[in-house]
Amino acid sequence: MRLAITGLQVSFGARRVVDVDELHVGAAEIVGLAGESGSGKSMTTLAVLGLAHTVGATVRGSITLDGTELTELSQRELREVRGRRIAAIFQSPATAFSPVFRLGSVVHRALRLHGMSRSEATEAASRAMRQVLLSPGLLDRYPSQLSGGQLQRVAIAIALALRAEVLLADEPTSALDVTVQAEVLEVLRELRDRDGMSVLFISHDLAVVAELCDRVAIMREGRIVEQGPATRVLSAPADPYTADLLAAVPVIRAEAGP
Amino acid sequence: MTAAAGGRQVSAAAGGQGGTLLLDISELAVRFGPVRAVDGVSLQLPPGPCGLGLVGESGSGKTTIGRAALRLVPTSAGIVRFAGKDIAGLRGRALQDYRRAAQIVFQDPDGVLDPRMRMGTTIAEALVAHRMAGRRAAAEQARDLLAEVGLDPAFAARYPHQLSGGQRQRVSIARALSVRPRLLVLDEPTSALDVRAQAAILALVGRLRAQRNLAYLLITHNLAIVSELCEQTAVLYLGRVAESGPTGALLGRPAHPYTRALRSAVPELGNSPAARVVLPGEPPDAANPPPGCVFHPRCPLAVDRCRAEVPVLRPVAAGRLAACHRAEEVLATSSASPGPAPASTAEDSPPGSTAAAPPA
Repeated sequence: MRLAITGLQVSFGARRVVDVDELHVGAAEIVGLAGESGSGKSMTTLAVLGLAHTVGATVRGSITLDGTELTELSQRELREVRGRRIAAIFQSPATAFSPVFRLGSVVHRALRLHGMSRSEATEAASRAMRQVLLSPGLLDRYPSQLSGGQLQRVAIAIALALRAEVLLADEPTSALDVTVQAEVLEVLRELRDRDGMSVLFISHDLAVVAELCDRVAIMREGRIVEQGPATRVLSAPADPYTADLLAAVPVIRAEAGP
Repeated sequence: MTAAAGGRQVSAAAGGQGGTLLLDISELAVRFGPVRAVDGVSLQLPPGPCGLGLVGESGSGKTTIGRAALRLVPTSAGIVRFAGKDIAGLRGRALQDYRRAAQIVFQDPDGVLDPRMRMGTTIAEALVAHRMAGRRAAAEQARDLLAEVGLDPAFAARYPHQLSGGQRQRVSIARALSVRPRLLVLDEPTSALDVRAQAAILALVGRLRAQRNLAYLLITHNLAIVSELCEQTAVLYLGRVAESGPTGALLGRPAHPYTRALRSAVPELGNSPAARVVLPGEPPDAANPPPGCVFHPRCPLAVDRCRAEVPVLRPVAAGRLAACHRAEEVLATSSASPGPAPASTAEDSPPGSTAAAPPA
């Protein structure tokens, strides 16, 4: 297992917001973590990134990356993991980039921070841009000159350039138009199939999860109520809560005209 | 309710046709500096109960049309008539009446609800402002309205932070309804909500439209929502109507390649993405639209004519309008399920060569 979460508990004081017995992501696998707002999806992401304490939460339990226990690492050791071996993208790609720097300078800084030389960084950034179907020339631009979908792909390109093993994608397409969402989903599929990336895909959108994910875990009030192959869970849910969520997904009613 | 093809001649300007319409938008244009946010859009809505869906992606102009219908943005051309009257000319009492009769519900109820005001006061405020009730009577009506939108009347004493997002959206709907509007503009009313809260709000809108004879413009990027709540839908692209018609038929057999691409981009439970029509590139800059059809740089079916000649919104089937030179071919090759992509040239696929598939 590349990423394995066992007995994870995240609490704010006495209030426990995450209580996950077991969740893992294998190599070249996309696992969906789905649930409504407040279910603990994003706190789980923060805990995996070792950032839960920054919002005042305490973390107990085990999170391993290729067998290394992350919860026992010092903040300095964790910095080596976070960003490089475990990359993250969030709902709003604009917040990942400072508006006053060209994208290239932000990407470069990330790559050099993780030990690349100037020329290696330039080379890796261009290659990664092409992998997410963007022209490397866009690196000369400012964030405001790109669309949300393009920016999200630049964020993914950083993860690619660093050869991250795990990508945490927290609602990465929720703020995007559907046609742009389709492109980002396609890029994520390619990351899995071509680069063997492991993706933990956090989403409230079950239709997107159904389309993208190999396995899915349904989260409610901090607990995983059901997990399994996405096709099984989303077609024959075992938990009534999953069934409730599925029933609420609006469907397109279309007619075949004359 | 139809989305009329105005063409270059302002056909509705004679005024006579507006008699039975609640909302008649004719050749509307809204510019923000060099940006043509709305560029010659005509839409019509009869009195309720009925719904007209405006769908499109960011920058398509859907929200601006809604704002223009409420006289919340200055228009640069065209006429918006409400119950036969040009709203640009309304003054004094008549304007106040219009401000009451046409209400809006926003995506984010938190922008509407004062965090320091109790729910009952928030709702009653609208009634008092429009002099439809005194304070005491307004408070009583506020409790009835809370019940009508499916909340406990005791919520009148609560503050916004004590309610969930779905409950707050119900309150903002109650506030909009309080002054007995005839027209609602629903601008992405469920986009900020969880899926179960969204389903509940959609059911509420469906119930209220019948009970209160509501007519609404429903602005959304979500095709499933218009298919549930709107008889008619207009698909917008870069400030223009790409296609309009009865919602079920439009989504079942798109007549415009953009509608087809939009439809196929929507992830649906039980559908594989294999048949997806992927649009290359990004929508063009509305300050500097491409020549010819504004969709041609991304259109899988574009031919030379599309690069040179702007397609006029024109009738292409019963109740259907489309602004596409190849609408007949698109219509003939569209199927109810997001099925096979159309052939990329007319030579490969003569009109009618692919029969419409039965609904999934």
